[in-house]
Amino acid sequence: MNPMLEKLLFLWPEIIMLTGGVACLLIGLASKASVRRATVAVAAGTLVLAGVAAVIVSDPAFVSAERLASLSPMATYVKLAVVGIGLLLLMVAARVPEKLHTTIDSEQPTEDGRSWDPALAVRGEFFGFFLFSLTGVMLCAGASDLAWLFLALELVSLPTYVMIAISRDKLEAQESAVKYFFLGALAVAIFLYGFALIYGATGFTTFAEIRATIVAQMAAGQGMSPLLILGIALSVIGISFKIAAAPMQFYAADVYEGAASPVTAFLAFVPKAAGFVSLILLLDLVRSPAGELPTQIVVLLSIMAAVTMTYGNVMGLLQTNLKRMLGYSSIAHSGYMIIGLLAASTSTGSTLESGTAGILFYLVAYGLGNLGGFAVLACIEKQGDEAQQIEDLNGLSQRNPILAAIMLISMLSLIGLPPMIGFIGKIYLFSPAVADHLWLVVLAVINSAISGAYYLRVTAACYFGEPSKAAGSSEITDNPPRRTAALIAAVAAIVIGLTAGWLVDAARQATLVSKVSAPTVERPAVPSIINTVEQRASAN
Amino acid sequence: MNSALLLILLLIPLLGAAIVALLPRGKDELIRPAALITTLANFVVSLLALGLFDWKNTGDMQLVASFAWVKSFGLTFGFGVDSVSLWLIMLTTFLMPIIILGSFSAVTHRVKEFFLWLLILETAMIGTFIATDVIFFYICFEFTLIPLYFLIGIYGSTQRLRAAKVFFLYTFTGSMLTFAGVLWVAWYNANLNPLEFATLPNAGQWSFAIADLVAAAHTMSATQQAWVLGALCAGFAVKVPIFPVHTWLPLAHTEAPTAGSVILAGVLLKLGTYGLLRLAIPMCPIAVVEYAPVIGTLAVIGILYTGLICWVQKDIKKLVAYSSVSHLGFCVLGMFALGSNIIGPSGSVMYMINHGLSTGALFLCIGMIYERFHTREMRQYGGFAKVMPIWSFFMVFFCMASVGLPGLNGFIGEFLTLMGAFTSTDTLGPAFAFPAGIGMIIGAIYILYMVGKVVFGPVKVPEHDHGHSAAAADSHGHGHDSHHDAHHVKDLSAREITTLVPLAIGCLVLGLFPNLILTTLDAPVEKIVAAASQHVQERKVQLVETTKTEQEIGMNRGLESETEKTLLVPADLKPQASITEARR
Repeated sequence: MNPMLEKLLFLWPEIIMLTGGVACLLIGLASKASVRRATVAVAAGTLVLAGVAAVIVSDPAFVSAERLASLSPMATYVKLAVVGIGLLLLMVAARVPEKLHTTIDSEQPTEDGRSWDPALAVRGEFFGFFLFSLTGVMLCAGASDLAWLFLALELVSLPTYVMIAISRDKLEAQESAVKYFFLGALAVAIFLYGFALIYGATGFTTFAEIRATIVAQMAAGQGMSPLLILGIALSVIGISFKIAAAPMQFYAADVYEGAASPVTAFLAFVPKAAGFVSLILLLDLVRSPAGELPTQIVVLLSIMAAVTMTYGNVMGLLQTNLKRMLGYSSIAHSGYMIIGLLAASTSTGSTLESGTAGILFYLVAYGLGNLGGFAVLACIEKQGDEAQQIEDLNGLSQRNPILAAIMLISMLSLIGLPPMIGFIGKIYLFSPAVADHLWLVVLAVINSAISGAYYLRVTAACYFGEPSKAAGSSEITDNPPRRTAALIAAVAAIVIGLTAGWLVDAARQATLVSKVSAPTVERPAVPSIINTVEQRASAN
Repeated sequence: MNSALLLILLLIPLLGAAIVALLPRGKDELIRPAALITTLANFVVSLLALGLFDWKNTGDMQLVASFAWVKSFGLTFGFGVDSVSLWLIMLTTFLMPIIILGSFSAVTHRVKEFFLWLLILETAMIGTFIATDVIFFYICFEFTLIPLYFLIGIYGSTQRLRAAKVFFLYTFTGSMLTFAGVLWVAWYNANLNPLEFATLPNAGQWSFAIADLVAAAHTMSATQQAWVLGALCAGFAVKVPIFPVHTWLPLAHTEAPTAGSVILAGVLLKLGTYGLLRLAIPMCPIAVVEYAPVIGTLAVIGILYTGLICWVQKDIKKLVAYSSVSHLGFCVLGMFALGSNIIGPSGSVMYMINHGLSTGALFLCIGMIYERFHTREMRQYGGFAKVMPIWSFFMVFFCMASVGLPGLNGFIGEFLTLMGAFTSTDTLGPAFAFPAGIGMIIGAIYILYMVGKVVFGPVKVPEHDHGHSAAAADSHGHGHDSHHDAHHVKDLSAREITTLVPLAIGCLVLGLFPNLILTTLDAPVEKIVAAASQHVQERKVQLVETTKTEQEIGMNRGLESETEKTLLVPADLKPQASITEARR
């Protein structure tokens, strides 16, 4: 069978997502207000369908074992995680378009005489792009080719630029979008250059062939070419933009501050997930059979991890704006997760020795804690705009004990305090690194202690602060889907923390065969690019 | 049934917390009894545990149960108690109803949250004592921070926010390092060659069972053990607290509401000493013996330094808080008095229990007068024997228990820890015991000084407003001698007496019949310090041999090389390097 067709079978979830996205674009423009309002339901339905499809295409009952062998289990794990957290994010963001000036939810003109204008409406775009971006993450996880990976990564980011810009009726949102766009373009240039160098060094763009070439080169005793190392290093640096890690972390707080809180929650999770999945795939190309990375890459990643988490936490300490603080916290968590990339990751050995599995688990742990925090923040308004300052949360426990409890659980989970899921995440992430990178683990636990200071400030505001009764102070909005999402995230943070076994094992399973298996075809040790092109031509 | 008992013990407070959470806000008259009944029920269950415990094998883990948690990590919720943990559980369940009863009138706003956090705190404390899995232990150990953070931050006095933050960050930072140490030991165990270490139960697998890790840690080199000890001490020393990381405690104690102070002094500080006893001493026997003088020195400095601080203290609550640091110094000193006998360590366990009773009671007493006058300044009080005779009786009684008057409970712990320090000439010896003894005298001086000022002498009653909240009234009460007020001051109510009487009985019983507990401690303590004692013996033999050889050769060697020889350690400074190589 044509390999592309074979791939298509596993792409059903992505196909559904794209179709759903397009449907959202169309429905958002419907002339009837009630139909337009259903856009978010269509998006939710699409996500659910995609999740079901992801389960079906990975189920031996539906797909022959032979074909299943070519499906990467990591792709399934990531797809399901994206669907799960994506649904929660969608609930948080469900009412974002309703807040916008351009969105008109009735057939009649509004009081100020405006009537619905399809040219101004953004509801369809918002949810359509929401789905497109998530599709990008799914595609990243299933990528088997550099070009595919590049396109998937861009599919993650491009919709987010638009989502930021249209999420608020404020100039800040557009400023954020522009900043994010230009810096993102710079990052893309860097990692695309890296990809090009990888291609130049090996002569292939498919992971399996790149891997085979590298293995052959190693077997021939040539070692890895500097070009390849440089290519990987540039790719890592470029992708560090997506995960908001040093040296490409500077934008995070600014961009997060400008976007509407639900979109910020999206930004803090979705591109990060895509970035880490891509890094896992890329670094797997150059790992030794024992799972070790080349020294230069180890040095690069160690410095990145150390700088990222320390920068994130120290800057987090200085913030009074909760959104900026969570932005820096997002940077810090990327730093922790880079430690997982460093830890030798092998298909054998026990669960606690796989840094990759640790990252996959931690993504969910971070996703839940982060979502809880942003969702609660998004439930609070101040003078018609969203609340941003920590002091806006003052006395939340007396105003709404449930929201306060959600905030508490989310913050504790982000600190990594037991028995929340964040704690298991930290065991999972740090244990594999204890062997070879003990100093990073020690630095990470010290950083966790620092992070305690600013996360606590949030809980202190909620529980120790006195609610302000002055006019213009913050008030809690009624937004049931958003509250429900926050509640689900908080409950999940505790429940998964206490029954972590299944998710731990799932993350581990996802890494077991995720390594690109070396193709059986013998390759020349150093194929020239011309050779490869000829092979391509004859294959087609 | 037996194996479920500890689980029930753990879950009752949690259930009570759930009930309190479901009760409507403002129904204080329902919330308070609900909390009290929960803790009383838990006390009854702990008595049941006392009955089911097999007192012939006090050193074995009993009533064990284990539930898989994260199988692929080797994580379990493992429970079990030996007599040391059982007595500490008894202390917890005994103190909790008293604390709750004592807080009935002290807490008037946000009552529901108060009792909710207290009950959650009880769960965490009991969990720490029953855990046989180190991560489960760590979880409960860490989780005690959250309830107390809120108890101090919401219900404390003026500087409560700062106190809560300092308390949390201080202890959290320390215990994060402990966490790294624990992960490292687990990793070490998982990477041992199971064939080479066939005697170890779970070598070569990831396991977090304390027994497994202790066994694995014994195969470490002295340097590695020293690192592990350092990591463990980072968390536990802060909690105990050992000088110089004690600075969070006076602040937290002074600012905390009475219930918080009592729990802090009564149980939470013991989590630190319990951690040292349960993990640090068995896990790193060589390092513990080698570094006993260092820790002993810190303990003695703590005893003397904080004793002197107490002497000049004007704030009555701070005085008792600092005295806690001083007293816990004895506890640590005794624990590290390792050698041929176990007088020191078992005395140290006695000290934990006794200190919990007497200092807890002192904080209650101080809370009672604070509730009446809203000031902690000692110079505003005087001659209370005439004003509040019942209160004065209890105050004097518990002060006597605290300074170690023979016949009351404080004496036995102090005596045993000092005796342990004196006799353990291989690790500590008289050089440590003697200054600690002076510390005991200082302890008597400052406590009696306080008693003399507050209870006896000319009558001084601080100005006070009836029914004002603590925060509002803090600005009042800048003392005038107000004799006329003496008539209005109400002595202890029946409820208050009810809270103090059980504690007084406890102090008296343990003072007169310390063997009730002491004899049961031999087996577990012996087990805990066995490896360390063995190392002391080995070192002694080594030392004798070395000296002999030296005499034969007739050379004068420096002290340094001597110690180095006795350590019998490959000089490898990087603990991880050798293991990594071994693994490859």
